[in-house]
Amino acid sequence: MNRRDFCIRSATAAAGALLGQTALSPAARAADLVWLSTQLRPIEEASKVRQVILKGAPVQPVYVVDEPAPFTVRLEAELKTNHHTTSLIGALHGELQPLAPIGGLAPLDDLAARLKDRGIPDKLMALGRFGTAHQLYIPWMQATYFMAANRKALPYLPAGADINALTYDQLGHWAANIAAKTGRRMLGFPAGPKGLMHRFFEGFLYPSYTGGVVTPFRSPEAAAMWEKFAAMWKSVNPNSTNYNFMQEPLLTGDVWIGFDHVARLLDALTHMPDQFVTFPAPAGPKGRAYMPVIAGLAIPTGAPDPKGAAALIEYLTQPATQITTAREVGFFPVVNAKLPADLSPGLKLAVSAINATQSAHDALPSLLPLGLGAKGGEFDKVFLDTFQLIVLRGGKPAAVLDRQAAVLRKLMVEAAAPCWAPDAPSTGACPVL
Amino acid sequence: MRKTLAPYLLIAPSLLFLAVLFLVPLVQTIRLAFRAGQAWSLGNFARMANDLNFSDAVLNTFRIVLIVVPLQLLLAIGMSLMLRHIRRGRDLVLWIWSIPLGISDLAAGLVWLAILNDRGYLNSALFDLGLISAPHSYLTYETPAALLGAIVLAELWRATAIVLVVLVAGLQLVPKEYAEAASVFGASPWQIFRRVTLPLLRPSIQTALILRTVLAFEMFAIVLALGGRNMPVLVSEAYNWQYANQDYGVAAAYAVVVMLLSLAATLVYLRVLRTPPEQLA
Repeated sequence: MNRRDFCIRSATAAAGALLGQTALSPAARAADLVWLSTQLRPIEEASKVRQVILKGAPVQPVYVVDEPAPFTVRLEAELKTNHHTTSLIGALHGELQPLAPIGGLAPLDDLAARLKDRGIPDKLMALGRFGTAHQLYIPWMQATYFMAANRKALPYLPAGADINALTYDQLGHWAANIAAKTGRRMLGFPAGPKGLMHRFFEGFLYPSYTGGVVTPFRSPEAAAMWEKFAAMWKSVNPNSTNYNFMQEPLLTGDVWIGFDHVARLLDALTHMPDQFVTFPAPAGPKGRAYMPVIAGLAIPTGAPDPKGAAALIEYLTQPATQITTAREVGFFPVVNAKLPADLSPGLKLAVSAINATQSAHDALPSLLPLGLGAKGGEFDKVFLDTFQLIVLRGGKPAAVLDRQAAVLRKLMVEAAAPCWAPDAPSTGACPVL
Repeated sequence: MRKTLAPYLLIAPSLLFLAVLFLVPLVQTIRLAFRAGQAWSLGNFARMANDLNFSDAVLNTFRIVLIVVPLQLLLAIGMSLMLRHIRRGRDLVLWIWSIPLGISDLAAGLVWLAILNDRGYLNSALFDLGLISAPHSYLTYETPAALLGAIVLAELWRATAIVLVVLVAGLQLVPKEYAEAASVFGASPWQIFRRVTLPLLRPSIQTALILRTVLAFEMFAIVLALGGRNMPVLVSEAYNWQYANQDYGVAAAYAVVVMLLSLAATLVYLRVLRTPPEQLA
């Protein structure tokens, strides 16, 4: 064998080995059911899903997590190329929403009928239809937002204020009191690049003051609300525009009072349950608005293993699995399941705030944006831009609201999205008055 | 015949690689930027220009480029000249200076975030020394000048080495005899630097400036880590439109703007810093 032959032979052998390997591995992988989730992403939570929650599941899936943005891009790409790798997806209502109008979610009507006895409230099931005739996701877990405060802040509460029935005015006075007496601004909001500040405006502040979100966007009540919120912001820690998870500044003590999603407060509550109190978000003139958070399970159109995925959905919505989920990762059951009494002190703090929120006499549930399709991100941007223009840059509320109302109106018409609660129902696109 | 074909065959894979992974996405991005639905349109650019963060993003990007690039050039020239006079341990010094090159943008941003945030090393050190009684904030929307300073500092720390490496290589090509001849004729060190070294270094400076300016226009991770929403730049806005707002057209419009700026800067450098033909020979 001369040298040239040798080279060719070894190259062929190497190529053969490579090809052999690549031909083998997809075959080995194709049998696995891939569950892609935007929830329970941190490594600790993901391992709890793999090792505790999925223990006893009828099918053992490969649990893969991804951030919301690449999640959507990946599923759109799988749909467009008709090359499907994912059989089950778990994501928030708002993250599943853009997939509905492009036919990315397989109808789950049969499965929904089989799960009737789980006792998932009709209102939650309706969210999973995105205003269509078909069930496109099955509710999986729920959560909400509430407030947490360091006990050091309690002596500064305004006289006569009940922490479980605060108003926005009282919260403002409380923060101003602390700022005046300690010289530090100790109220914080998650207004960082990955924070959930837009949900505070959409689900809490706006409905509390105006009784709606879209229709009264530029009403006199809204202008007065922004006026007040800008005044309150003078006692807010200026690092708030960097905060993504309020548990971090609460734990370090940079902030004494914070508003956030339960999953983004839970670390602080579990690490120092004795240091914190939890309570519902404040109330405005129209009530104590709050936004429930729903994560759902769906099967993408063209999924390689829809049967396995359906079996997993049945397993994950069993009361016992739902209780395990609450215990391990702090998301609460959507089905009829009673939480045990021996929860950890941190979880108990969370549960008490959620119960106080839902059972408040002036509670005003404010749904997640519905029917916006791919426009969900731009909808959030309208509120964040308004906040930036009025509160951070000192713009006049009336002028800013007029400008932003035009953007919002155009967006609602383009998405052809009817109003959702607490806005009054509309025929056709939700109007911005 | 075989001999003339061989070079083309050898460079064909790299050409193909670039064409597939660079030119195709480039054309797609430009197409995306100029489309609205099924028709050609400037709508994405109009939306970009009307956005409240656009003028801030343009201003901030230029502020950072115009501060960072000249400072880096000056620093790198100084460092490379000093390096010439080091006899022992030259490689060690060069190696230490280029450590930041091996660190990703985001990691560099996080390093400086750990130093400069409210509970960072700087505040802790000042507090321990008794110079402050409560932490100072440097990275908020209320302190834009300090925030810009922090970003400039982080960029200088991370990316001066790119300019340095190019200039060190260029300086090695400049024969020492020229400088020696000039000093024999009585030139001062400043005159030697100004009239001999700098003109001979011109091609390297051109390369370094092109590289650095293009990268500075694309800067993203350091700004995001330190400034978050408080310091929008062109690329971070492109990212926001792509991922947060999910409007790929506007994101592509931003990408086209960044590309045009980079091209314009490159052309300016090629023209202003062109090497005189007599020097090429």
